Amino acid sequence: MEFKEGKWQHHINVRDFIVRNYTPYDGDESFLASPTERTLALWNKVKALLAKERENGGVLDIDEHTISTITSHKPGYIDKDLELIVGLQTDEPLKRAIMPFGGIRMVRSSLEAYGRKMDPEVEKIFQFRKTHNDGVFDAYTEDMRKARHSGIITGLPDSYGRGRIIGDYRRVPLYGVDYLIAQKKKAKEDYVFDIMNDEIIRQREELSEQIRALEALKEMASTYGYDISRPAQDVREAIQWLYFAYLAAVKEQNGAAMSIGRISTFLDIYAERDLQEGRYTESEIQEFVDHFVMKLRMVRFLRTPAYDELFSGDPTWVTESLGGVCIDGRHMVTKMTYRFLHTLTNLGAAPEPNMTVLWSQRLPQNFKNYCARMSIETSSIQYENDDLMRPEYGDDYGIACCVSAMKIGKMMQFFGARANLAKALLYALNGGKDENTGEQIGPEMALIKSDETLDFNEVWRKYDQICNWLSRLYINTLNIIHYMHDKYCYESLQMALHDEEIYRTSACGLAGFSVVVDSLSAIKYAKVHPIRNEKGLTVDFKIEGDYPKFGNNDPRVDEIARMVVEHFMKKLSKHSTYRNSKPTMSILTITSNVVYGKKTGATPDGRKAGEPFAPGANPMHGRDSNGCIASMMSVASIPYEYAKDGISYTFSIVPAALGKDLEQRIKNLTSLLDGYFAEDGHHINVNVINREVLLDAMEHPEKYPQLTIRVSGYAVNFIKLSREQQLDVINRTFHTRF
Amino acid sequence: MGVTGRIHSIETFGAVDGPGIRFVVFFQGCPLRCLYCHNPDSWDASGGREATAEELVEQIKRYRNFIKNGGVTLSGGEPLLQSEFALELLRLCKQNGFHTAVDTSGCIPLAKCKAAVDEVDMLLLDIKAIDSALSKRITGAGTENAVKLLEYCESVGKPVWIRHVLLPGYTLDNEQARRMGEFLKDFRCVEKIELLPFHKIGEYKWENHEIPYTLAEVQPPQPEQVEEYRQILMSYGLKA
Repeated sequence: MEFKEGKWQHHINVRDFIVRNYTPYDGDESFLASPTERTLALWNKVKALLAKERENGGVLDIDEHTISTITSHKPGYIDKDLELIVGLQTDEPLKRAIMPFGGIRMVRSSLEAYGRKMDPEVEKIFQFRKTHNDGVFDAYTEDMRKARHSGIITGLPDSYGRGRIIGDYRRVPLYGVDYLIAQKKKAKEDYVFDIMNDEIIRQREELSEQIRALEALKEMASTYGYDISRPAQDVREAIQWLYFAYLAAVKEQNGAAMSIGRISTFLDIYAERDLQEGRYTESEIQEFVDHFVMKLRMVRFLRTPAYDELFSGDPTWVTESLGGVCIDGRHMVTKMTYRFLHTLTNLGAAPEPNMTVLWSQRLPQNFKNYCARMSIETSSIQYENDDLMRPEYGDDYGIACCVSAMKIGKMMQFFGARANLAKALLYALNGGKDENTGEQIGPEMALIKSDETLDFNEVWRKYDQICNWLSRLYINTLNIIHYMHDKYCYESLQMALHDEEIYRTSACGLAGFSVVVDSLSAIKYAKVHPIRNEKGLTVDFKIEGDYPKFGNNDPRVDEIARMVVEHFMKKLSKHSTYRNSKPTMSILTITSNVVYGKKTGATPDGRKAGEPFAPGANPMHGRDSNGCIASMMSVASIPYEYAKDGISYTFSIVPAALGKDLEQRIKNLTSLLDGYFAEDGHHINVNVINREVLLDAMEHPEKYPQLTIRVSGYAVNFIKLSREQQLDVINRTFHTRF
Repeated sequence: MGVTGRIHSIETFGAVDGPGIRFVVFFQGCPLRCLYCHNPDSWDASGGREATAEELVEQIKRYRNFIKNGGVTLSGGEPLLQSEFALELLRLCKQNGFHTAVDTSGCIPLAKCKAAVDEVDMLLLDIKAIDSALSKRITGAGTENAVKLLEYCESVGKPVWIRHVLLPGYTLDNEQARRMGEFLKDFRCVEKIELLPFHKIGEYKWENHEIPYTLAEVQPPQPEQVEEYRQILMSYGLKA
């Protein structure tokens, strides 16, 4: 059987191939196959390795001698006789590679943290070779260094791979590598203009890098005995080809988030053809998927403890976007969508790949119910609003990392971590000085006149000035980072799987969202008196009276929330960006809400110095008193048009509060999701879990090797979190009424 | 100015208060003094805050996307104690197309609450004990009014979910289960019975209360005991 013909045959157009060939599936999960003997045997080997990795303090082994490239390591296997999908980042499972082009310092301190030494040979190379990190610090201004160490801007990708780029890995199975190389060569030939300016020179150099990366990809696959120069012929090859492409990316780059895109419906086209032609059975196809997903669960990067503090649980964000609706009106759920989620049953819960369901009111009810059941059983799924994103990004976008939508192969972002707006508010109250050190970080400003009882209008005026400074500094800092990243740590393989014309965004973010909002609300609706120390810095606040708090669907404070988002986004838009990228903004903290909180003094909402922020766009813990729907309504009221890089909300509920039995819980959870997304909510993590389980897991981690929970935008193994972060999760609002 | 009443609080996500997702309005004030009450702060009829039916419905309307497959439940406290306020709120909810339920102990005389009962779509009726004297010991009131309310629902075909707290040492034994089954088996209006195993989650609320908490020593029932009770009810053809 031939695939339906179309534009995809004349130039690279994966979407056209999908839309012409995919088969929507309306049925339920009853067709799914259990794991085979072989899958269970292989998974047991992986589980044993994972246990060993844990016992070893989180890292099983490191190859400190070989700089990782696409072809640096000889083939590695878990068990060659059992594996149907092959390929590892190094020659041994879970052995981590060094990737120094982002920053040699990061490699050095990671090795030290795990009791290893830098190989002198490697050290020597980097006496002659500059890294991204070196470049950034050569160009940083004094202001930028100060803002970075005071913590008003942190998590910046200035010493490691920036990530958040999704290669269109599907191009490799669909076209074969030779075709892709030919296309890039042709593009380079055509890329000749009268004037050779820096833009064109850079593009030509990048195209050459991309072509080399594709050649290397072919070579790497050949060491495993595969010739991927030609298109894949069946579903097993399609998965294997696609995985090789992804593997090359994670051998070349230790990007913060290495998402895989939107692959399941694409792969289903091959599976459907194989089923019809009798090439493979359902059980065999599920086996390929299980083995593939095992590999995705084993992607590893070498990180420093400081990095883990910000993004804890060893995440890689192999985000896979599932479902959604096609522009022509058909939903895009296929049997493969089910098969991917079914790995959570066959192999048990896991944080990776980061299963992300693109929810639409128009998804089939069977699929909605299945997702809800899997959420209830595994807490491993996040949901994002396809009806909100589709008008902007079409029907072939994927999520990078947690909440960042991008058209696959056509867009990328310059990841920019986040600015701490709670701290910015304190700078407004402290004349631009840091509330902890007294150091002048921001511009010198006149002190607040209404210092006895804070006046909302005056505070807002000063906060506005701080945001002028902060937004400019923030964008300029990102400009330097991404200039240097392109120069010293270019993602040649991932960009080889993109079009030549790329739409780029400068993805800024903010932290401390609900703290700022509640603080402004307190200043507006209650009486807030700053308490100052001998240096004149605020150390605490006295609040007289009550004030409306974010998370109760109270228009008075939700209006302030809207104002804060729109205000900062409009500031960001005013500055000029590297490669004419479009500034965007996310409200997402990952687990950095704990570290950010630690570095931030007491705030006017009554939060004490050092207390964690709420994650992402969540209301502060314990302040939402009208139940979880009121809380969802507040979050859903945040305008997505001013936070197009995503708005993250984490929802945790005990099973008994979701309904009396599984059937009720499924029904109620699908109603909750339908309701939240109908109100224009953007993202939601769903945890259905008892607090007691988490408390027990803190004490007896060995009993819960696969316990997975969703934290701001991603999933983690609960037992891999630091104790501080575990407590933060447990202390957060759990909806418990029953 | 519309009808006003006193409410204890609202819960925007009620998943165990009738069919589907419910917006729950907890009324303030209750004539009973159940030993296991987990909302003793809702007893005092002069407590809580004042609200109008209109303002509540305006609020409820904002949640339509969530509760369109569920509805609104009046709970408490005892919602039928403020029967006129309840009636007005139910009427406005119906006007706006919401399914309605009242969660009641049935202790209010039918004559006083009949209009509200006629207005509501269904009742969640908490039978405190099959034995009226035992009910008096647990709650301070017998079950006569609740039985009359149930008979009235039967006569007009009003759907009822029976709720019953299984309290070890009081209501949890097989003999009482059989009597409960015998009593309920012929009511066609009873759609199902929700057994609520005694729990201690609201215990902390008694700490600052004038009446001492007497069940500190009582432990929640074992799942097997609850299951046994359920099996007995099912043997009478009841859905439990």
